[in-house]
Amino acid sequence: MAPVGGAGSGAGLTGATDETQPRTPAPPAEPLHRTLGLTDTEYAAIESGLGRAPEPTELAMYSVMWSEHCSYKSSKAHLRTLPTEGPRVLVGPGQDAGVVDVGDGVACVFKMESHSHPSAIEPYQGAATGVGGIVRDVLSMGARPAALLDPLRFGSLDGERNRYLFGGVVAGIGSYGNCIGVPTVGGEVKFADCHSANPTVNVMCLGFAAADALLQSRAGGPGSILLLIGAATGRDGIGGVSVLASQTLEEDAHESRPSVQIGDPFLEKLLIEACLELKDLGLLEGLKDLGGAGLTCAVSEAASGVRLGADLDLDRVALREQGMEPFEILISESQERMLAIVRPEDVGAAQEVCAKWGLTGAPVAAFVDGGTLTVRRGGEVVASLPARSLADEGPEYDRPAERPQWLDALSADDPARAPAPSSLEDAFISVLGSPNVAGTRWAFEQYDQLVQGQTLVGPGADAAVVRIEGTLRAVAVSADGNGRYGFLDPYAGAVHAVAEAARNVAAVGATPAAITNCLNFGNPERPEVMWQFREAVRGMGDACRAFGTPVTGGNVSFYNESAGSAIYPTPVIGMVGILEDYRLLVRSGFPAEGLAIYALGDTRPELGGSEYAEVVLGKVCGRPPAVDLEAESKLHRLLAASSRANVLASAHDCSDGGIAVALAESAINGGVGFDVVPAGGAAAHLWLFSESASRAVVAPALGSERALEELAAAHGVPCERVGTTGGGRLRFGDLFEVSLNDAIVVYESTIPRLMSAKRAAV
Amino acid sequence: MSYRVVVGVRLKEGLLDPQGKAVEAALPSLGWTNVSGVRVGKEIELELDAPDEAAARAQVVEMSERFLSNPVIETFEILRVSEIMALSQSNQKAT
Amino acid sequence: MSEPRPRIGVVTFPGSLDDRDALRAVALMGAEPVSVWHAHRSLGDADAVILPGGFSYGDYLRTGAIARFAPAMESVAAFAAAGGPVLGICNGFQILCEAGLLPGALVRNKGLAFVCRWLTIRVENGEAGGHESSGNLTIGRRGELLSVPIKHGEGRFVASPDTLERLEGDGRVAFRYASPGGEVSEDFNPNGSTASIAGVWNEAGNVLGLMPHPEHAVDPDLGPTGGQPILQWLLSAARARVPA
Repeated sequence: MAPVGGAGSGAGLTGATDETQPRTPAPPAEPLHRTLGLTDTEYAAIESGLGRAPEPTELAMYSVMWSEHCSYKSSKAHLRTLPTEGPRVLVGPGQDAGVVDVGDGVACVFKMESHSHPSAIEPYQGAATGVGGIVRDVLSMGARPAALLDPLRFGSLDGERNRYLFGGVVAGIGSYGNCIGVPTVGGEVKFADCHSANPTVNVMCLGFAAADALLQSRAGGPGSILLLIGAATGRDGIGGVSVLASQTLEEDAHESRPSVQIGDPFLEKLLIEACLELKDLGLLEGLKDLGGAGLTCAVSEAASGVRLGADLDLDRVALREQGMEPFEILISESQERMLAIVRPEDVGAAQEVCAKWGLTGAPVAAFVDGGTLTVRRGGEVVASLPARSLADEGPEYDRPAERPQWLDALSADDPARAPAPSSLEDAFISVLGSPNVAGTRWAFEQYDQLVQGQTLVGPGADAAVVRIEGTLRAVAVSADGNGRYGFLDPYAGAVHAVAEAARNVAAVGATPAAITNCLNFGNPERPEVMWQFREAVRGMGDACRAFGTPVTGGNVSFYNESAGSAIYPTPVIGMVGILEDYRLLVRSGFPAEGLAIYALGDTRPELGGSEYAEVVLGKVCGRPPAVDLEAESKLHRLLAASSRANVLASAHDCSDGGIAVALAESAINGGVGFDVVPAGGAAAHLWLFSESASRAVVAPALGSERALEELAAAHGVPCERVGTTGGGRLRFGDLFEVSLNDAIVVYESTIPRLMSAKRAAV
Repeated sequence: MSYRVVVGVRLKEGLLDPQGKAVEAALPSLGWTNVSGVRVGKEIELELDAPDEAAARAQVVEMSERFLSNPVIETFEILRVSEIMALSQSNQKAT
Repeated sequence: MSEPRPRIGVVTFPGSLDDRDALRAVALMGAEPVSVWHAHRSLGDADAVILPGGFSYGDYLRTGAIARFAPAMESVAAFAAAGGPVLGICNGFQILCEAGLLPGALVRNKGLAFVCRWLTIRVENGEAGGHESSGNLTIGRRGELLSVPIKHGEGRFVASPDTLERLEGDGRVAFRYASPGGEVSEDFNPNGSTASIAGVWNEAGNVLGLMPHPEHAVDPDLGPTGGQPILQWLLSAARARVPA
């Protein structure tokens, strides 16, 4: 078979044979750097930095390292404004994952990332390899990956292609996560038309390590050997970084298929075990994962991190395909590879551990003094450039930002002014059965939630809770975003995302500690998108400062748009909180009959951007509910204090769908109904469906009502008794009632019903 | 001599094949209403050295009985045998 | 109490996932956990053996098809032939079927998707042969209900009609999937298993395989504890082999 460039292994996925045809007959006269996605200015900077014209191989290396995906060139000026320090932060942004100290000598390593672009093209593999990538980020800090969360956003399930994407992404996440033995414990599933062509697939991983045994990605010295461990290198994802993640998806998405990487979760599992064993045996100086930009990124970052250079010999890289060019080996995104930094005398022992797990550990590079990354193939030097210039000296842009005019009309249209619905019961059923609110069991049942045996609270609760083996401690974790709020006011949307994530963590009794994030936006070269981004970062920073939850890292996903239409600006926040004694954790379901129900926080007539407005009124408009950061903090402190004092039988955050949905979910989760008396008189719909921030619905343990009221008063949190648990009905006073069984059917059947529509055929 | 052999493995007749059913159920929605009896199986392609084709086939049958298929649930069939140049070097995998 | 503390070996194959969970669970139940490596023939002087859940060898080719050829499996087969108690959980059950130590096979779930769910199984034969011996050598009385989780994509139990007839006739169906009230029906069959079979015994009654995960149902802090009687059987059978 003739070696044909571009016919990656992905071609087998589609069965397409035309991939062996050269796609464009003769390259147009465009300069190579532009074809690779570098601007003329960027090219000039490379040339002046090197003092000569770069060779094509070198240019390819710059093109991936200076892409938006790897260099954060449009975002880093803004990200720098975020709070990153705090007493619990052990490792902040800039490394493969953030780390907080959770006490008892345990560190929690966590990170979130987007795999939206690959998933839009091939949902199953795109989502699967996203899981693999984030797991390796956590592993590279020396932690055992312990939990996954998947915040997902798709277009309406009425559309066949959206069902195909949703089904494929869920199956892909399951196929990978289930096979590597990391439980999927949470996440969210949201739907909006703006995601039809651009699904948002974020994935978060957290892991644990002894706080004094973390690996640093800045490690090693002159002479240290870089062992490439794991899969052989093929043509997977060539151009994936620059082509897939830094350009807007257009109609010809199928053309991009050969760039999609294929995951091998079995290999990843072996990689996890081998790397952790290497670490436990003290054989590692450092560990880097190979993600976007492959070997180029891992080697240049590793070298630059310790202000060294490296000699990289491509002949030592195990290849899966014949006829690979040097640049292809350098930028391949083949999955399931790690780069171990080891002392020369430990190479043999390290290779033995690799062999035990059936892996190769190839010494592909060595650190050298001087800062130059020299790449050889067949003895010839094919690239020679400063490692720093690739890893740390990429361009940085302050792109123009401008608030879009169209926001004015939307903001002015307050849905709270619309007339009350003709039937409150119908409105309630519509909101409860909305795909954004309804139960996500259909997805979560496809994920192993239990492996590793530490899942105290799995998917479907406010926050997932994972126990830390050998201690009484647990980590609560939540991943939240709100696209509608961000669309209507990106600053407020980000504040809400942080507030809700913190509230979710607080609701189970934990103290919010730190966040990671994934910032999902459209094309940053459009001023309106850049404005949304800037505002969102500002909001996230303000909220994180108010809650004392620093940002330990994150990921920016731009170019989520097609034909000039972007997704909602959606910062997704991954919040980690600490529960000092897991036996005090509070669950969201009403556990028993006859308990008092209290609403914590003030309910105001705020329906802007609400689920009610979208589902019942058919509009996404108004202003998002106001967030008083001080009031929000007080609520978090009250919830944590109530858990410590053991006064709560249940607690549930109040957000999408308002109090009505919060009450219904507590009833459904606990299997116990309620009777509440709605406030608001003729405008009861405002009380039921308002999405005012800083609220929760709680049931104190029998006899602890006064204790709760006193704690609330001491914390300055409004606390009002609204009803009582019990019975088989969700009873809203004299207004309406629904049987618990009917509510369960509405809540649980929405997504399965939509997904059982005619099978997608794409 | 070297041979490339393709073995087809599929679920035994009568065993519920949910993948086949799913494919069959999807076809009418795409306009093909005249299809039935869809079964989904797998193909295993391998290369081996053997003195002659009969020996190659015999070995593949034995491998299929013992390992490549599970006689409790599956049947197998040698779909294609072709003589090839010496065993190719294309499978020089390092893992 | 001066009951001997039995040694329970848990075999780790490449791709085993619930091996550490099984070790933790048997320790919690009072046994001494012993880690066994697939590439070694030694079972570490174990008095009983667990083949844990996971995706050994990625479940490539067929579930359990590659793991059954591991050196440790030769020892497990010999151990079982000598009457040693063996419990195969999920992937371990699949491996035992591939190895011919249990009848039948596990194939793709009827619904095609992986299913992770807590459910109820009904004890059919707490020990092979339908005996109702008292004490710890039985998992429970017929009809007893256990709350346990499943998590698998290929857990549909199938066997030839002859095999099925023998399994039923000989009292070797250990568990069936059931409703929370104990009713066996297709509505409560999570994967399409023949006759809702969730677990089976071998002829001698010392090898048990099941798709549900008893090791994830022993710690009351994490949920129901329907796995305890199942592991208790293994511990008792192991204890019976410890020389006094």
